[in-house]
Amino acid sequence: MELTRDEEKGLDGKYGEALASSYRILVAIGEATGAKRLVPVKWAHISGVNYNTIGDGGMQFLEKFSNSAKVAVRTTINPMGYDKTKPEGIPPSFQERQQSIATSYERMGTTPSFTCTPYEVFDLPQKGTAVSFAESNAAVFSNSLLGLMTNKESALSALASSVTGKAALSDLRLEDARSPKVAVETDFDFTNELDYGVLGYFTGKAVKDSCVSLDNIARLDTMQAKALCAGIGTSGSCGMFTFGGKVKEKISFGKKEAQSVMHELSTADDGDIITLGSPQLGMNELELLAKITESKKFTRRCMVFCSRAIYTEAIKVGLAGKIQKSGAEFRCDSCTCLTPYVTKDRYDAAITNSVKGAYYLSKSNNVKVSLKDIRTIAEEYTQ
Amino acid sequence: MIISNCRRIVGGTGEGKTLMTIQPINFLAMVDAKTGTVTDPSHELYGESLKSSVLILPYAIGSSVGAYVIYSLKEYGNAPNAVVCSKADITTASGCALTNIPVVDLPDGTSLPSLKHGLKARVEADAGRIIVGFSP
Repeated sequence: MELTRDEEKGLDGKYGEALASSYRILVAIGEATGAKRLVPVKWAHISGVNYNTIGDGGMQFLEKFSNSAKVAVRTTINPMGYDKTKPEGIPPSFQERQQSIATSYERMGTTPSFTCTPYEVFDLPQKGTAVSFAESNAAVFSNSLLGLMTNKESALSALASSVTGKAALSDLRLEDARSPKVAVETDFDFTNELDYGVLGYFTGKAVKDSCVSLDNIARLDTMQAKALCAGIGTSGSCGMFTFGGKVKEKISFGKKEAQSVMHELSTADDGDIITLGSPQLGMNELELLAKITESKKFTRRCMVFCSRAIYTEAIKVGLAGKIQKSGAEFRCDSCTCLTPYVTKDRYDAAITNSVKGAYYLSKSNNVKVSLKDIRTIAEEYTQ
Repeated sequence: MIISNCRRIVGGTGEGKTLMTIQPINFLAMVDAKTGTVTDPSHELYGESLKSSVLILPYAIGSSVGAYVIYSLKEYGNAPNAVVCSKADITTASGCALTNIPVVDLPDGTSLPSLKHGLKARVEADAGRIIVGFSP
């Protein structure tokens, strides 16, 4: 891999340890993905914000790193573990450590977005722009539906991109890799967002390539697209899909495959809390939720996760109030995955429409999950 | 057995017992950095410790935060001494680059199981070489 003289200096430590380790990360990724050089990026989106994901090790690393590191490009960050304005039930030790992480990111100059759906919150660059997105649903969404170019970055590689303004020119940042060689051929009657989440989870698991064609898929609405992208991002290394393409290999997805995913991820028939989000809900989804719960009350505790920006917008247009009338509680700056709001001590099982949420609730929070689509949830658990 | 022509992803040399899996690893969901063990009952390395091993896996999958788990494994003294992938991925490369754990990936046509489980091995990343089953 060829570096410019300035990049070599950075790697050699001439600009400090933070940049040296960042270039070391980018070079290793360049080697792994066969990059010939680095390329400037316009936007980095960093994961590894929630204390429950990066732990004490990550917290201490960021404290040190942020002493000298400064963002070189617009940098947005993923959700943290909880909503500062709703600290009930969150251990003080968690809050302290979470605040330390938030402070470190702030010191670096990142935008405190705390969102996993930056594509719904921020102005989008032109198609074909190179970015560096670590949040997997955002990487898949941006590559597939917005024409941005990113690899499925790791928390550390997006962090390295943030402070260097560079990323490896390889894989999905090159046109070649964006033409799929493998397709998932669907023969399935998709009726709701959960079906698309299941397809995504199956696809991520079955496809090793960076790009896949999804055959026989009609247009997707935003909620379905988000569920699909989150599913693909959760189970594998695939970072992009197209609607069709000339391919060499086909994999079938039908009823049997969908059932097998549901069998793996839906481990309970019922639950004692509803969590909506993962990805965080956008305005479209909040509108739908308000509509299907109108004049009804939830019979279970229901947490709605969204970004602070979307919540503020929802208050402005009167949507937040409508949803709160149903008894649902908003949680901003955080999301279903690895949140300390939903723990094994408090809940036996959670009800969600998110395949990604289901995966992490059961694997990381040890909470069982009942997977249902949002309309079914609103019908079964409101009166 | 010596495997040459490996690709160096992160330089350096590391020795340990081989811990071989043909199943990808989601570091965030399946590995506890504090104990160094694989915690997912459905994974074939369930209950095994990564500590001081030569970890041999196809590649890492899932959460982008997996790279921090590799960092934390190192901080807690539970990291592998070297990593061999069939195709190195961004999570493994970035986590190991930050913590100076040598990584190589295998030349085309070398299967993971040919490296065997539970043998003493040395990874010489800069030379692109893995030596498996040598007598120390």
